[in-house]
Amino acid sequence: MFIKQLSVFLENNPGTLRAMTELLGRGGVDMLALSIADTQSFGIVRTIINSSQIDDAMTLLRENGYIAKVNRVICAAVPDRPMGLSELLAVIEESKLSVEYMYSFLRAAKPGTAHMILRLDDGKKAEEVFEEHRIKMLSQEDVDKM
Amino acid sequence: MSGKKHLIYNPEKECMSRDEMHAWQSAKLAETVRREYENVPMYRARMDAKGVKPEDIRTVEDLKYLPFMEKTDLRDYYPFDLLASPRSEIVRIHGSSGTTGKPIVSGYTRNDVDVWSEMMARTLTAAGCTKDDVVQVAYGFGLFTGGFGAYQGADKIGAMVVPMSSGNTQRQIMMMQDLGATMLCCTPSYATYLGETIREMGLAPGKDIKLKAGCFGAEPWSEAMRVRIEELLGIDACDIYGLTELGGPGVAFNCLEKDGMHINEDHVIAEIIDPATGEQLPYGEKGELVFTSITKTGMPMLRYRTHDICSLTDKPCACGRSTIRMSRITGRTDDMLIIRGVNVFPSQIETVLVKTQGVAPHYMLVVDRVNNSDTLEVQVEMTEEMFSDTVGQIENVRRYITEQIKSVVGISAKVTLNAPKSMPRSEGKAKRIIDNRKL
Repeated sequence: MFIKQLSVFLENNPGTLRAMTELLGRGGVDMLALSIADTQSFGIVRTIINSSQIDDAMTLLRENGYIAKVNRVICAAVPDRPMGLSELLAVIEESKLSVEYMYSFLRAAKPGTAHMILRLDDGKKAEEVFEEHRIKMLSQEDVDKM
Repeated sequence: MSGKKHLIYNPEKECMSRDEMHAWQSAKLAETVRREYENVPMYRARMDAKGVKPEDIRTVEDLKYLPFMEKTDLRDYYPFDLLASPRSEIVRIHGSSGTTGKPIVSGYTRNDVDVWSEMMARTLTAAGCTKDDVVQVAYGFGLFTGGFGAYQGADKIGAMVVPMSSGNTQRQIMMMQDLGATMLCCTPSYATYLGETIREMGLAPGKDIKLKAGCFGAEPWSEAMRVRIEELLGIDACDIYGLTELGGPGVAFNCLEKDGMHINEDHVIAEIIDPATGEQLPYGEKGELVFTSITKTGMPMLRYRTHDICSLTDKPCACGRSTIRMSRITGRTDDMLIIRGVNVFPSQIETVLVKTQGVAPHYMLVVDRVNNSDTLEVQVEMTEEMFSDTVGQIENVRRYITEQIKSVVGISAKVTLNAPKSMPRSEGKAKRIIDNRKL
Protein backbone atom coordinates (compact mmCIF):
# COMPACT_ATOMS: atom_id res chain seq x y z
CA MET A 1 0.00 0.00 0.00
CA PHE A 2 1.52 3.27 -1.12
CA ILE A 3 0.73 6.91 -0.69
CA LYS A 4 1.68 9.88 -2.86
CA GLN A 5 4.57 12.14 -2.01
CA LEU A 6 5.48 15.46 -3.58
CA SER A 7 9.21 16.23 -4.06
CA VAL A 8 10.59 19.62 -5.00
CA PHE A 9 14.11 20.60 -6.09
CA LEU A 10 15.63 23.61 -4.35
CA GLU A 11 18.97 25.30 -4.65
CA ASN A 12 20.81 25.42 -1.34
CA ASN A 13 20.51 29.18 -0.94
CA PRO A 14 19.00 31.41 1.74
CA GLY A 15 15.31 32.04 1.22
CA THR A 16 14.53 29.27 -1.24
CA LEU A 17 12.69 27.05 1.26
CA ARG A 18 10.74 29.98 2.63
CA ALA A 19 9.68 31.05 -0.85
CA MET A 20 8.54 27.56 -1.79
CA THR A 21 6.57 26.91 1.40
CA GLU A 22 5.05 30.37 1.15
CA LEU A 23 3.91 29.62 -2.39
CA LEU A 24 2.23 26.40 -1.30
CA GLY A 25 0.86 28.04 1.86
CA ARG A 26 -0.75 30.88 -0.07
CA GLY A 27 -2.23 28.25 -2.37
CA GLY A 28 -3.92 26.73 0.68
CA VAL A 29 -1.83 23.58 0.66
CA ASP A 30 -1.56 21.89 4.07
CA MET A 31 1.56 19.84 4.69
CA LEU A 32 1.03 16.70 6.76
CA ALA A 33 4.63 15.57 6.75
CA LEU A 34 7.84 17.19 5.61
CA SER A 35 11.49 16.31 5.22
CA ILE A 36 14.41 18.13 3.67
CA ALA A 37 17.41 16.38 2.22
CA ASP A 38 20.30 18.72 1.70
CA THR A 39 23.67 18.51 0.03
CA GLN A 40 26.22 21.28 -0.32
CA SER A 41 24.62 22.62 -3.44
CA PHE A 42 21.01 21.55 -3.55
CA GLY A 43 18.14 20.29 -1.46
CA ILE A 44 15.09 18.09 -1.98
CA VAL A 45 11.92 18.94 -0.11
CA ARG A 46 9.63 15.96 0.33
CA THR A 47 6.15 16.44 1.60
CA ILE A 48 2.88 14.58 2.06
CA ILE A 49 -0.23 16.59 1.33
CA ASN A 50 -3.87 15.72 0.90
CA SER A 51 -4.15 13.84 -2.42
CA SER A 52 -6.93 16.14 -3.58
CA GLN A 53 -4.43 19.01 -3.53
CA ILE A 54 -1.59 17.32 -5.40
CA ASP A 55 -2.57 18.34 -8.93
CA ASP A 56 -3.09 21.95 -7.92
CA ALA A 57 0.19 22.00 -6.00
CA MET A 58 2.07 20.57 -8.99
CA THR A 59 0.55 23.18 -11.32
CA LEU A 60 1.36 25.95 -8.88
CA LEU A 61 4.97 24.79 -8.52
CA ARG A 62 5.55 24.32 -12.26
CA GLU A 63 4.02 27.67 -13.10
CA ASN A 64 6.46 29.27 -10.69
CA GLY A 65 9.47 27.56 -12.22
CA TYR A 66 10.02 24.72 -9.78
CA ILE A 67 11.01 21.19 -10.71
CA ALA A 68 8.72 18.82 -8.82
CA LYS A 69 7.68 15.20 -8.98
CA VAL A 70 5.07 12.92 -7.46
CA ASN A 71 6.13 9.46 -6.44
CA ARG A 72 4.99 6.63 -4.18
CA VAL A 73 6.17 5.96 -0.63
CA ILE A 74 5.05 3.70 2.19
CA CYS A 75 3.46 5.11 5.31
CA ALA A 76 3.89 2.69 8.19
CA ALA A 77 2.29 2.87 11.62
CA VAL A 78 4.63 2.11 14.48
CA PRO A 79 3.93 2.01 18.23
CA ASP A 80 4.82 5.36 19.77
CA ARG A 81 7.10 3.99 22.49
CA PRO A 82 10.82 3.29 22.97
CA MET A 83 11.96 0.54 20.57
CA GLY A 84 8.95 1.10 18.30
CA LEU A 85 11.05 2.32 15.40
CA SER A 86 13.98 -0.01 15.89
CA GLU A 87 11.64 -3.02 15.76
CA LEU A 88 10.42 -1.84 12.37
CA LEU A 89 13.96 -1.29 11.18
CA ALA A 90 14.96 -4.77 12.38
CA VAL A 91 12.29 -6.26 10.08
CA ILE A 92 13.62 -4.18 7.18
CA GLU A 93 17.18 -5.27 7.91
CA GLU A 94 16.31 -8.96 8.20
CA SER A 95 14.53 -8.77 4.86
CA LYS A 96 17.68 -7.31 3.29
CA LEU A 97 15.85 -4.17 2.32
CA SER A 98 17.49 -0.82 2.73
CA VAL A 99 16.11 2.54 3.66
CA GLU A 100 16.74 5.30 1.14
CA TYR A 101 15.10 7.84 3.39
CA MET A 102 12.59 8.05 6.17
CA TYR A 103 10.74 10.76 8.05
CA SER A 104 7.76 11.12 10.31
CA PHE A 105 4.37 12.74 10.16
CA LEU A 106 3.98 16.12 11.76
CA ARG A 107 0.91 15.00 13.66
CA ALA A 108 -0.27 11.71 15.09
CA ALA A 109 -3.57 10.31 13.78
CA LYS A 110 -4.28 8.59 17.05
CA PRO A 111 -2.51 8.64 20.41
CA GLY A 112 0.11 5.94 20.90
CA THR A 113 0.87 5.54 17.19
CA ALA A 114 3.55 7.27 15.15
CA HIS A 115 3.49 7.32 11.37
CA MET A 116 6.66 6.97 9.38
CA ILE A 117 7.13 7.71 5.69
CA LEU A 118 9.56 5.25 4.15
CA ARG A 119 11.25 4.94 0.84
CA LEU A 120 12.94 1.57 0.54
CA ASP A 121 15.10 0.31 -2.30
CA ASP A 122 12.49 -2.29 -3.28
CA GLY A 123 8.99 -0.96 -2.69
CA LYS A 124 7.11 -4.03 -3.85
CA LYS A 125 9.10 -6.39 -1.67
CA ALA A 126 8.73 -3.98 1.25
CA GLU A 127 4.97 -4.10 0.89
CA GLU A 128 5.02 -7.91 1.05
CA VAL A 129 7.38 -7.96 4.03
CA PHE A 130 5.28 -5.43 5.95
CA GLU A 131 2.12 -7.42 5.28
CA GLU A 132 3.79 -10.61 6.38
CA HIS A 133 4.96 -8.96 9.63
CA ARG A 134 1.57 -7.32 10.14
CA ILE A 135 3.04 -3.84 10.10
CA LYS A 136 0.17 -1.48 9.45
CA MET A 137 0.51 0.63 6.30
CA LEU A 138 -1.74 3.60 5.79
CA SER A 139 -3.70 3.98 2.59
CA GLN A 140 -4.01 7.24 0.72
CA GLU A 141 -7.56 7.42 2.07
CA ASP A 142 -6.27 7.11 5.66
CA VAL A 143 -3.76 9.87 5.05
CA ASP A 144 -6.28 12.17 3.40
CA LYS A 145 -8.41 11.94 6.55
CA MET A 146 -5.56 13.02 8.79
CA MET B 1 67.73 47.65 -27.90
CA SER B 2 67.83 45.49 -24.83
CA GLY B 3 71.52 44.70 -25.13
CA LYS B 4 70.63 41.01 -24.86
CA LYS B 5 72.87 38.43 -26.48
CA HIS B 6 70.81 36.82 -29.23
CA LEU B 7 71.41 33.26 -30.33
CA ILE B 8 70.02 32.09 -33.66
CA TYR B 9 69.75 28.39 -34.46
CA ASN B 10 69.53 28.61 -38.23
CA PRO B 11 70.66 32.06 -39.43
CA GLU B 12 70.50 30.97 -43.08
CA LYS B 13 66.75 30.47 -42.81
CA GLU B 14 65.84 32.80 -39.96
CA CYS B 15 67.72 35.80 -41.34
CA MET B 16 67.21 35.41 -45.08
CA SER B 17 66.26 38.51 -47.05
CA ARG B 18 62.59 39.21 -47.63
CA ASP B 19 63.07 38.57 -51.35
CA GLU B 20 64.67 35.21 -50.69
CA MET B 21 61.88 34.35 -48.27
CA HIS B 22 59.25 35.30 -50.82
CA ALA B 23 60.87 33.08 -53.45
CA TRP B 24 61.24 30.17 -51.01
CA GLN B 25 57.65 30.46 -49.74
CA SER B 26 56.25 30.71 -53.27
CA ALA B 27 58.08 27.58 -54.43
CA LYS B 28 57.15 25.57 -51.32
CA LEU B 29 53.53 26.75 -51.47
CA ALA B 30 53.14 25.63 -55.09
CA GLU B 31 54.66 22.26 -54.20
CA THR B 32 52.35 21.77 -51.22
CA VAL B 33 49.22 22.82 -53.10
CA ARG B 34 50.00 20.29 -55.82
CA ARG B 35 50.57 17.56 -53.23
CA GLU B 36 47.31 18.40 -51.51
CA TYR B 37 45.36 18.56 -54.78
CA GLU B 38 46.67 15.19 -55.92
CA ASN B 39 46.26 13.35 -52.62
CA VAL B 40 43.38 14.84 -50.65
CA PRO B 41 40.03 14.39 -52.44
CA MET B 42 38.25 16.78 -50.08
CA TYR B 43 40.63 19.66 -50.81
CA ARG B 44 40.69 18.90 -54.54
CA ALA B 45 36.89 19.13 -54.56
CA ARG B 46 37.06 22.41 -52.68
CA MET B 47 39.60 23.86 -55.14
CA ASP B 48 37.59 22.61 -58.11
CA ALA B 49 34.49 24.24 -56.68
CA LYS B 50 36.35 27.56 -56.64
CA GLY B 51 37.77 26.91 -60.10
CA VAL B 52 41.37 26.97 -58.80
CA LYS B 53 43.98 24.62 -60.25
CA PRO B 54 47.38 23.88 -58.67
CA GLU B 55 49.11 25.72 -61.56
CA ASP B 56 47.23 28.90 -60.60
CA ILE B 57 49.15 29.06 -57.34
CA ARG B 58 52.61 30.34 -58.22
CA THR B 59 53.46 32.93 -55.58
CA VAL B 60 52.53 33.85 -52.04
CA GLU B 61 50.14 36.47 -53.49
CA ASP B 62 48.07 33.66 -55.04
CA LEU B 63 47.31 32.29 -51.57
CA LYS B 64 44.12 34.31 -51.44
CA TYR B 65 42.55 32.18 -54.19
CA LEU B 66 42.78 29.02 -52.08
CA PRO B 67 39.84 27.78 -50.03
CA PHE B 68 40.11 27.78 -46.22
CA MET B 69 40.40 24.77 -43.95
CA GLU B 70 38.70 24.61 -40.58
CA LYS B 71 38.93 22.64 -37.38
CA THR B 72 35.62 20.99 -38.31
CA ASP B 73 37.38 19.52 -41.38
CA LEU B 74 39.65 17.56 -39.04
CA ARG B 75 36.53 16.19 -37.37
CA ASP B 76 34.65 15.48 -40.60
CA TYR B 77 37.64 13.74 -42.21
CA TYR B 78 38.83 12.08 -38.99
CA PRO B 79 41.21 10.37 -38.67
CA PHE B 80 43.07 9.82 -41.95
CA ASP B 81 41.13 11.38 -44.83
CA LEU B 82 43.28 14.51 -44.92
CA LEU B 83 46.55 12.61 -45.26
CA ALA B 84 48.59 13.82 -48.24
CA SER B 85 51.09 10.97 -47.92
CA PRO B 86 50.60 7.18 -47.91
CA ARG B 87 49.62 5.87 -44.48
CA SER B 88 52.86 3.84 -44.31
CA GLU B 89 54.83 7.11 -44.35
CA ILE B 90 53.16 8.33 -41.16
CA VAL B 91 55.43 7.86 -38.16
CA ARG B 92 53.53 9.76 -35.45
CA ILE B 93 50.07 10.86 -34.41
CA HIS B 94 49.32 13.78 -32.13
CA GLY B 95 45.96 15.22 -31.26
CA SER B 96 43.92 17.66 -29.27
CA SER B 97 40.30 18.02 -28.35
CA GLY B 98 37.86 18.75 -31.15
CA THR B 99 34.71 20.79 -31.03
CA THR B 100 32.52 17.86 -30.00
CA GLY B 101 33.16 14.46 -28.48
CA LYS B 102 35.93 13.24 -30.76
CA PRO B 103 39.51 14.50 -30.61
CA ILE B 104 41.18 15.78 -33.74
CA VAL B 105 44.39 14.11 -34.86
CA SER B 106 47.25 15.01 -37.13
CA GLY B 107 49.57 12.55 -38.87
CA TYR B 108 53.31 13.28 -39.12
CA THR B 109 55.75 11.89 -41.64
CA ARG B 110 59.45 11.62 -40.71
CA ASN B 111 59.88 14.93 -42.55
CA ASP B 112 57.16 16.56 -40.42
CA VAL B 113 58.72 15.41 -37.16
CA ASP B 114 62.05 16.83 -38.39
CA VAL B 115 60.43 20.13 -39.41
CA TRP B 116 58.77 20.40 -36.02
CA SER B 117 62.04 19.58 -34.20
CA GLU B 118 63.77 22.30 -36.22
CA MET B 119 61.09 24.84 -35.29
CA MET B 120 61.38 23.95 -31.60
CA ALA B 121 65.20 24.01 -31.76
CA ARG B 122 64.94 27.57 -33.07
CA THR B 123 62.42 28.41 -30.36
CA LEU B 124 64.61 27.17 -27.53
CA THR B 125 67.75 28.73 -29.02
CA ALA B 126 65.99 32.09 -29.23
CA ALA B 127 65.38 31.81 -25.46
CA GLY B 128 69.12 31.21 -24.97
CA CYS B 129 69.38 27.42 -25.05
CA THR B 130 72.62 25.74 -26.16
CA LYS B 131 73.99 22.22 -25.90
CA ASP B 132 75.35 23.12 -22.46
CA ASP B 133 71.85 23.60 -21.05
CA VAL B 134 69.68 21.29 -18.96
CA VAL B 135 66.10 21.51 -20.26
CA GLN B 136 63.36 20.47 -17.89
CA VAL B 137 60.22 19.62 -19.83
CA ALA B 138 57.16 19.92 -17.62
CA TYR B 139 54.65 19.83 -20.44
CA GLY B 140 52.62 16.64 -20.62
CA PHE B 141 53.91 13.87 -22.87
CA GLY B 142 51.19 12.19 -24.88
CA LEU B 143 48.82 13.00 -27.69
CA PHE B 144 49.28 16.61 -26.58
CA THR B 145 52.19 18.11 -28.53
CA GLY B 146 53.81 20.12 -25.70
CA GLY B 147 56.05 17.48 -24.14
CA PHE B 148 57.31 15.86 -27.34
CA GLY B 149 57.80 19.22 -29.07
CA ALA B 150 60.04 20.60 -26.33
CA TYR B 151 61.91 17.31 -26.06
CA GLN B 152 62.60 17.12 -29.80
CA GLY B 153 63.81 20.72 -30.02
CA ALA B 154 66.16 20.38 -27.05
CA ASP B 155 67.37 17.02 -28.33
CA LYS B 156 68.20 18.55 -31.73
CA ILE B 157 70.23 21.27 -30.02
CA GLY B 158 72.02 18.56 -28.06
CA ALA B 159 70.99 19.89 -24.66
CA MET B 160 70.39 17.59 -21.70
CA VAL B 161 66.66 16.86 -21.67
CA VAL B 162 64.82 16.06 -18.45
CA PRO B 163 61.40 14.78 -19.60
CA MET B 164 59.49 15.26 -16.34
CA SER B 165 56.04 15.62 -17.92
CA SER B 166 53.46 17.67 -16.01
CA GLY B 167 52.53 17.64 -12.34
CA ASN B 168 54.23 16.34 -9.17
CA THR B 169 55.57 19.73 -8.18
CA GLN B 170 57.80 18.62 -5.28
CA ARG B 171 59.56 16.14 -7.53
CA GLN B 172 59.92 18.74 -10.29
CA ILE B 173 61.65 21.12 -7.89
CA MET B 174 63.87 18.40 -6.46
CA MET B 175 65.06 17.38 -9.95
CA MET B 176 65.45 21.02 -10.93
CA GLN B 177 67.82 21.49 -8.00
CA ASP B 178 69.67 18.19 -8.28
CA LEU B 179 70.25 18.35 -12.04
CA GLY B 180 70.74 22.10 -12.18
CA ALA B 181 68.07 22.69 -14.81
CA THR B 182 68.71 25.93 -16.71
CA MET B 183 65.66 25.97 -19.00
CA LEU B 184 62.04 25.24 -18.22
CA CYS B 185 59.26 24.34 -20.66
CA CYS B 186 55.69 24.25 -19.36
CA THR B 187 52.44 26.22 -19.35
CA PRO B 188 52.74 29.77 -17.95
CA SER B 189 50.31 28.98 -15.15
CA TYR B 190 52.40 26.00 -14.08
CA ALA B 191 55.55 28.13 -14.26
CA THR B 192 53.90 30.58 -11.86
CA TYR B 193 52.91 27.76 -9.54
CA LEU B 194 56.43 26.30 -9.59
CA GLY B 195 57.85 29.77 -8.89
CA GLU B 196 55.55 30.35 -5.94
CA THR B 197 56.26 26.92 -4.50
CA ILE B 198 60.01 27.46 -4.87
CA ARG B 199 59.68 30.75 -2.98
CA GLU B 200 57.55 29.16 -0.25
CA MET B 201 60.19 26.47 0.20
CA GLY B 202 62.71 29.24 0.83
CA LEU B 203 64.79 28.38 -2.23
CA ALA B 204 66.65 31.21 -3.94
CA PRO B 205 66.55 31.53 -7.73
CA GLY B 206 70.07 32.11 -9.02
CA LYS B 207 71.52 30.13 -6.11
CA ASP B 208 69.48 26.99 -5.36
CA ILE B 209 67.65 27.13 -8.67
CA LYS B 210 69.77 27.64 -11.77
CA LEU B 211 67.05 28.42 -14.30
CA LYS B 212 67.87 31.20 -16.77
CA ALA B 213 64.95 31.06 -19.20
CA GLY B 214 61.71 29.33 -20.03
CA CYS B 215 59.50 28.72 -23.05
CA PHE B 216 55.88 28.93 -22.01
CA GLY B 217 52.78 28.37 -24.08
CA ALA B 218 49.67 26.26 -24.75
CA GLU B 219 47.42 28.74 -22.96
CA PRO B 220 46.77 32.47 -23.07
CA TRP B 221 48.81 34.70 -20.77
CA SER B 222 49.65 38.34 -20.39
CA GLU B 223 52.58 40.72 -19.95
CA ALA B 224 51.69 40.98 -16.25
CA MET B 225 52.06 37.23 -15.93
CA ARG B 226 55.39 37.39 -17.73
CA VAL B 227 56.69 39.93 -15.25
CA ARG B 228 55.49 37.78 -12.35
CA ILE B 229 57.14 34.59 -13.70
CA GLU B 230 60.38 36.43 -14.42
CA GLU B 231 60.45 37.82 -10.87
CA LEU B 232 59.55 34.56 -9.18
CA LEU B 233 62.05 32.42 -11.06
CA GLY B 234 64.66 35.06 -11.97
CA ILE B 235 64.49 34.10 -15.64
CA ASP B 236 63.58 35.31 -19.13
CA ALA B 237 60.06 34.08 -19.83
CA CYS B 238 59.44 33.56 -23.54
CA ASP B 239 56.07 33.03 -25.20
CA ILE B 240 55.61 30.32 -27.80
CA TYR B 241 52.74 29.67 -30.18
CA GLY B 242 51.65 26.59 -31.97
CA LEU B 243 48.84 24.20 -32.61
CA THR B 244 48.63 20.52 -33.30
CA GLU B 245 47.13 21.10 -36.75
CA LEU B 246 50.36 22.87 -37.78
CA GLY B 247 52.72 20.47 -36.07
CA GLY B 248 52.66 21.73 -32.51
CA PRO B 249 54.50 24.35 -30.46
CA GLY B 250 57.22 26.30 -32.23
CA VAL B 251 55.18 27.77 -35.08
CA ALA B 252 56.15 31.16 -33.61
CA PHE B 253 58.30 32.18 -30.67
CA ASN B 254 59.67 35.10 -28.68
CA CYS B 255 63.30 36.02 -29.01
CA LEU B 256 64.79 37.68 -25.93
CA GLU B 257 63.45 41.06 -27.11
CA LYS B 258 60.04 39.57 -26.19
CA ASP B 259 58.34 41.93 -28.60
CA GLY B 260 56.04 39.68 -30.61
CA MET B 261 56.65 36.13 -31.75
CA HIS B 262 58.83 35.35 -34.77
CA ILE B 263 57.01 33.12 -37.22
CA ASN B 264 58.96 30.24 -38.75
CA GLU B 265 58.08 31.58 -42.15
CA ASP B 266 60.10 29.12 -44.18
CA HIS B 267 57.69 26.45 -42.86
CA VAL B 268 54.40 28.29 -42.51
CA ILE B 269 52.82 31.30 -44.20
CA ALA B 270 50.80 33.54 -41.92
CA GLU B 271 47.88 35.74 -42.99
CA ILE B 272 45.51 37.95 -41.06
CA ILE B 273 41.98 37.99 -42.39
CA ASP B 274 38.75 39.71 -41.58
CA PRO B 275 36.88 36.82 -39.92
CA ALA B 276 33.56 38.00 -41.36
CA THR B 277 34.56 38.39 -45.02
CA GLY B 278 37.66 36.22 -45.28
CA GLU B 279 39.54 39.13 -46.92
CA GLN B 280 43.24 39.54 -46.18
CA LEU B 281 44.18 42.45 -43.91
CA PRO B 282 47.46 44.41 -44.02
CA TYR B 283 50.24 44.13 -41.44
CA GLY B 284 49.40 45.98 -38.25
CA GLU B 285 45.68 45.30 -38.40
CA LYS B 286 44.01 42.96 -35.98
CA GLY B 287 42.12 39.99 -37.36
CA GLU B 288 41.98 36.23 -37.50
CA LEU B 289 45.26 34.39 -37.87
CA VAL B 290 45.40 31.94 -40.79
CA PHE B 291 48.28 29.55 -41.39
CA THR B 292 49.41 27.52 -44.38
CA SER B 293 51.95 24.74 -43.90
CA ILE B 294 54.40 24.72 -46.78
CA THR B 295 56.86 22.04 -45.73
CA LYS B 296 54.67 19.38 -44.10
CA THR B 297 53.92 16.26 -46.11
CA GLY B 298 51.74 14.19 -43.77
CA MET B 299 48.72 16.37 -43.23
CA PRO B 300 49.56 19.87 -44.46
CA MET B 301 46.90 22.43 -43.64
CA LEU B 302 46.21 25.08 -46.27
CA ARG B 303 44.79 28.42 -45.15
CA TYR B 304 43.90 26.93 -41.79
CA ARG B 305 41.72 29.27 -39.76
CA THR B 306 43.02 29.33 -36.19
CA HIS B 307 40.21 31.56 -34.87
CA ASP B 308 42.90 33.30 -32.81
CA ILE B 309 42.88 37.08 -33.04
CA CYS B 310 46.18 38.96 -33.33
CA SER B 311 48.15 41.19 -35.69
CA LEU B 312 51.37 40.77 -37.69
CA THR B 313 54.33 43.10 -38.14
CA ASP B 314 57.25 43.06 -40.56
CA LYS B 315 59.18 45.74 -38.66
CA PRO B 316 62.81 44.67 -38.17
CA CYS B 317 63.67 43.11 -34.81
CA ALA B 318 66.80 43.88 -32.82
CA CYS B 319 67.64 40.17 -32.63
CA GLY B 320 68.63 40.08 -36.31
CA ARG B 321 65.95 37.69 -37.55
CA SER B 322 64.18 38.85 -40.68
CA THR B 323 60.98 36.92 -40.06
CA ILE B 324 57.68 38.68 -39.42
CA ARG B 325 56.25 38.61 -35.91
CA MET B 326 52.79 38.01 -34.51
CA SER B 327 51.41 39.84 -31.50
CA ARG B 328 50.02 38.13 -28.43
CA ILE B 329 46.68 36.44 -29.00
CA THR B 330 44.09 38.93 -27.80
CA GLY B 331 40.97 36.85 -28.27
CA ARG B 332 39.05 34.27 -30.26
CA THR B 333 36.56 34.56 -33.07
CA ASP B 334 34.70 31.55 -31.65
CA ASP B 335 33.85 30.49 -28.11
CA MET B 336 36.81 28.18 -27.55
CA LEU B 337 38.31 28.28 -24.07
CA ILE B 338 41.77 27.13 -23.13
CA ILE B 339 41.67 25.56 -19.69
CA ARG B 340 44.85 24.11 -18.23
CA GLY B 341 46.24 24.01 -21.76
CA VAL B 342 43.27 22.02 -23.06
CA ASN B 343 40.99 23.42 -25.75
CA VAL B 344 37.41 23.40 -24.51
CA PHE B 345 34.35 24.26 -26.59
CA PRO B 346 30.95 24.81 -24.97
CA SER B 347 29.59 22.57 -27.74
CA GLN B 348 31.51 19.63 -26.24
CA ILE B 349 29.79 20.15 -22.89
CA GLU B 350 26.47 20.47 -24.66
CA THR B 351 27.09 17.17 -26.46
CA VAL B 352 27.68 15.48 -23.10
CA LEU B 353 24.52 16.96 -21.59
CA VAL B 354 22.38 15.99 -24.56
CA LYS B 355 23.82 12.49 -24.48
CA THR B 356 23.30 12.01 -20.75
CA GLN B 357 19.96 13.80 -20.42
CA GLY B 358 18.35 13.38 -23.82
CA VAL B 359 17.65 17.10 -23.82
CA ALA B 360 19.85 20.17 -23.84
CA PRO B 361 19.45 21.77 -20.45
CA HIS B 362 20.54 25.33 -19.89
CA TYR B 363 24.09 25.44 -18.68
CA MET B 364 26.88 27.85 -17.91
CA LEU B 365 30.63 27.39 -17.87
CA VAL B 366 32.41 29.33 -15.15
CA VAL B 367 36.16 29.48 -15.58
CA ASP B 368 38.46 30.81 -12.90
CA ARG B 369 42.07 30.64 -11.88
CA VAL B 370 42.67 29.50 -8.30
CA ASN B 371 46.25 29.09 -7.04
CA ASN B 372 47.50 29.45 -10.63
CA SER B 373 45.43 26.56 -11.81
CA ASP B 374 42.41 26.96 -14.07
CA THR B 375 39.14 25.67 -12.73
CA LEU B 376 36.02 24.83 -14.67
CA GLU B 377 32.61 24.74 -13.08
CA VAL B 378 29.72 23.49 -15.19
CA GLN B 379 26.43 24.77 -13.85
CA VAL B 380 23.49 22.82 -15.15
CA GLU B 381 19.87 23.72 -14.69
CA MET B 382 17.86 20.91 -13.17
CA THR B 383 15.29 19.28 -15.43
CA GLU B 384 12.40 16.95 -14.58
CA GLU B 385 14.31 14.13 -16.29
CA MET B 386 17.25 14.55 -13.91
CA PHE B 387 15.24 15.16 -10.79
CA SER B 388 14.49 12.42 -8.30
CA ASP B 389 13.22 12.28 -4.71
CA THR B 390 16.47 10.67 -3.58
CA VAL B 391 19.79 12.46 -3.19
CA GLY B 392 21.61 9.32 -4.33
CA GLN B 393 19.99 9.29 -7.75
CA ILE B 394 20.61 12.99 -8.34
CA GLU B 395 24.21 12.57 -7.21
CA ASN B 396 24.54 9.68 -9.67
CA VAL B 397 23.41 11.95 -12.50
CA ARG B 398 25.87 14.61 -11.38
CA ARG B 399 28.70 12.10 -11.12
CA TYR B 400 27.88 10.67 -14.53
CA ILE B 401 27.97 14.11 -16.15
CA THR B 402 31.30 14.81 -14.42
CA GLU B 403 32.79 11.55 -15.71
CA GLN B 404 31.51 12.12 -19.23
CA ILE B 405 32.97 15.62 -19.34
CA LYS B 406 36.29 14.23 -18.14
CA SER B 407 36.26 11.57 -20.82
CA VAL B 408 35.07 13.78 -23.69
CA VAL B 409 36.84 17.05 -22.91
CA GLY B 410 39.79 15.64 -21.01
CA ILE B 411 39.62 17.85 -17.96
CA SER B 412 38.00 17.58 -14.55
CA ALA B 413 35.09 19.93 -14.05
CA LYS B 414 32.99 20.64 -11.00
CA VAL B 415 29.37 20.03 -11.94
CA THR B 416 26.68 21.81 -9.98
CA LEU B 417 22.94 21.45 -10.37
CA ASN B 418 21.02 24.67 -10.25
CA ALA B 419 17.43 25.76 -10.01
CA PRO B 420 15.45 25.96 -13.22
CA LYS B 421 15.45 29.38 -14.90
CA SER B 422 18.43 30.46 -12.81
CA MET B 423 20.57 31.04 -15.92
CA PRO B 424 20.18 34.19 -17.98
CA ARG B 425 18.15 33.73 -21.16
CA SER B 426 18.91 35.75 -24.23
CA GLU B 427 17.20 36.23 -27.54
CA GLY B 428 20.28 35.71 -29.66
CA LYS B 429 23.31 33.60 -28.86
CA ALA B 430 23.04 32.27 -25.34
CA LYS B 431 25.72 33.40 -22.95
CA ARG B 432 27.41 30.18 -21.91
CA ILE B 433 30.71 31.35 -20.50
CA ILE B 434 31.82 33.38 -17.53
CA ASP B 435 35.59 33.69 -17.54
CA ASN B 436 36.80 35.16 -14.27
CA ARG B 437 40.48 34.56 -14.92
CA LYS B 438 42.67 37.59 -14.40
CA LEU B 439 45.61 36.92 -16.66
